[in-house]
Amino acid sequence: MLSALLVMAAIAIALGAVLGFAAIKFHVEGNPLVEKIDAVLPQTQCGQCGYPGCKPYATAIAEGAADINLCPPGGEEGIHKLADLLGVDFKPFGGDTAPKPKAVAFIDENNCIGCTLCIQACPVDAIAGAAKQMHTIIAAECTGCELCVAPCPVDCIDMVEIEENISNWKWKYPVYPLRPAA
Amino acid sequence: MRSLFKFHGGIHPASNKAQSNHKPITQAALPSRLVIPLHQHVGNSAKPIVEAGQRVLKGQIIGAPEGHVSSAVHAPTSGVIAAIDMQQVAHPSGIPDLCITLIPDGDDEWIARESCDDWQAVAHTDLRHRLRDAGVVGLGGAAFPSDMKLYSHKHQIKTLVLNGAECEPYITCDDLLMRERAAEILQGAEIMRALLYAEEVLIGIEDNKPEAIAAMRSAILDGKHQNMEAVAVPTIYPGGGAKQLIRVLTGIEVAAGMRSTNLGVQCFNVGTAYSTWRAIRHGEALISRIVTVTGNVGQPQNFEALLGTPVNELVAQAGPLPDTRGYIMGGPMMGIRLPSAEVGVIKATNCLIAMSDSLFPPALPALPCIRCTRCVDVCPAELQPQELFWFAQSKNLLKAQEYHLFDCIECGACSYVCPSNIPLVEYYRFAKSEIWAQETSKKAADAARERHEYRELRIEREKQEKADKLAAKEKAALEAKALKSAAPLPPAVEGANVSLYDAPVDADPENTMQLKIQAAIDHAKQQAAVSKPENTEHLTPQQQAEIATIEARRARIRELALSSADEHTKE
Ligand code: SF4
Ligand code: SF4
Ligand code: SF4
Ligand code: SF4
Repeated sequence: MLSALLVMAAIAIALGAVLGFAAIKFHVEGNPLVEKIDAVLPQTQCGQCGYPGCKPYATAIAEGAADINLCPPGGEEGIHKLADLLGVDFKPFGGDTAPKPKAVAFIDENNCIGCTLCIQACPVDAIAGAAKQMHTIIAAECTGCELCVAPCPVDCIDMVEIEENISNWKWKYPVYPLRPAA
Repeated sequence: MRSLFKFHGGIHPASNKAQSNHKPITQAALPSRLVIPLHQHVGNSAKPIVEAGQRVLKGQIIGAPEGHVSSAVHAPTSGVIAAIDMQQVAHPSGIPDLCITLIPDGDDEWIARESCDDWQAVAHTDLRHRLRDAGVVGLGGAAFPSDMKLYSHKHQIKTLVLNGAECEPYITCDDLLMRERAAEILQGAEIMRALLYAEEVLIGIEDNKPEAIAAMRSAILDGKHQNMEAVAVPTIYPGGGAKQLIRVLTGIEVAAGMRSTNLGVQCFNVGTAYSTWRAIRHGEALISRIVTVTGNVGQPQNFEALLGTPVNELVAQAGPLPDTRGYIMGGPMMGIRLPSAEVGVIKATNCLIAMSDSLFPPALPALPCIRCTRCVDVCPAELQPQELFWFAQSKNLLKAQEYHLFDCIECGACSYVCPSNIPLVEYYRFAKSEIWAQETSKKAADAARERHEYRELRIEREKQEKADKLAAKEKAALEAKALKSAAPLPPAVEGANVSLYDAPVDADPENTMQLKIQAAIDHAKQQAAVSKPENTEHLTPQQQAEIATIEARRARIRELALSSADEHTKE
């Protein structure tokens, strides 16, 4: 009886030690749920969800402070992905700014005065330029967040919608209706 | 007699080749204009290097290859560049793409060609370069730049397979090419073999082309080609698929996600071998190809057509019948419906089929899948087409990928046998392009996240550096003070010092700075007022409403920015 107790106690202590060691050794930095949510957000970093970026919004969702239907760039598909990830029901879009087609910023280079304000606003460093020099958008890196539009003192930044072309064209969903077997 | 292997499934659709394979290849008449797309191959579009109004010679490069995977585009005849603009191209979307329009001058004057009698003496990198500059791409339909495929990593390729199977109904261009130009195909194969360090060359030809097989066999004997064999393979669709032909000829099974090159086999179309020979031996760029014109036409036959020849001008030479209601590029199984008959012939145009209701009756309405698994029986890629259909139509893309959607070669054998008439391939194409698009936006999002995080880090670092600098400055100031109080300076010098230190150091420069900024803003505003955009008048009410909402949003953001700026200054 005693030996059985001792063995059980020894096993408990050994396992406890292993668990304790694992907790320190394999400690996960940050909140893994936040990372997972952040991974499905579109990373436009536009702030339209009411948070200063995708990661803060992900954190707010993980903490239960924010709903899953506030990100306009993610669109309906994004809400579906979040619902799947978190095991909750889909909700229609609930933010203030409606989702719209993807666009990139364009600087009218004739009017730019080189004030660098847009560079400071761009969340992904997609604007190239130096003080008093003409600025330009690196279109491939622009996420279309529109954050550079407002700070420009001479209103020379416009958003240009990305049009469908041969390389981004997609085969459409077949439109043949299935005829029910009579 | 070589022992052959079998691949899974396959079907026997009516071949419809007899209509077009009895006439020799005809040189097509010079068209009134040529519409040459700059994106005719897999990879980056070629970059136009000519200007409108410029005269160009036959074979001159008009589009230069850009980036790693790309190919050159040439003027198919001499003439004047009429335009470089967006035009409809041979693409199922019907979306315009950049094209060069050339008006032939009728002289057909060649640019200086660099012929080469002894290609064996030329370095292999050089040969590959010449092929890239000659715009040689796969002519079987894939249009992949050939120079990229003619490379043997660690000389691991043993077998070069030449694909002359031509399994799709209606198409006879490779058949005629093999009958008429066998010797040159084989010479091209020799160049390919050398570049790949391959030992043997196997030419697979379906046994419904006895003339082609005979022509190739006698050319092998005449040319004294060693280790080269023209093999008659059974006629079964899709026996001309690269993986299927490799399997039949060598018994090698190219597993899911594998490349045949890792297993020692590389495969090229016979037309590509021919063009390779013309490019290396005669310095002739790829400016024309053999095109089968068949279907609802009076005289179905093969033409040698210049690239860029408008489809309607080419088909006119075969006498299209009045009830034609559109064209297919490629075969009836894997081809695409052309968005218009004005588009130009491209490097991938092996066949043009005029459609009529009697030849191609409209598709019957689809019924639900009854899970009869006939599609499974015929799928050459050994997939589960009915499951793929289920996942694709319910947009369950992850599952579709798990069921190896990307191994589907879109051969259409499954749709062909489906008793429910389900257009299965269209669902697979939809699912594939949806997955590609998601992949691309995922990549873009990851890149944006990285850049954002890097920026945050940088801002943090800059803050830290500033704080450090400030601390260092303060420390230095304190030390200087301590020094000063330790050793007081003589009074005269002290007076001079005071005047120096009391000068308003920071007020003035900042003021002028602000004035300058204000001046610049005013100037720019003036300029903006002068260069008013022209499309702001005559707007529809809808556009005006849109602009109003955008302006409101801008104003709100500005307000927010201002108030936050205020807060900052208060801090
Ligand atoms: S709205 Fe969406 S894309 Fe924009 S910052 Fe919020 S989560 Fe990111
Ligand atoms: S904010 Fe406007 S004016 Fe200033 S640098 Fe950017 S584009 Fe030029
Ligand atoms: S052949 Fe058609 S009906 Fe039969 S299992 Fe396949 S998809 Fe379903
Ligand atoms: S189209 Fe795809 S799924 Fe259908 S038979 Fe061909 S390879 Fe198989």
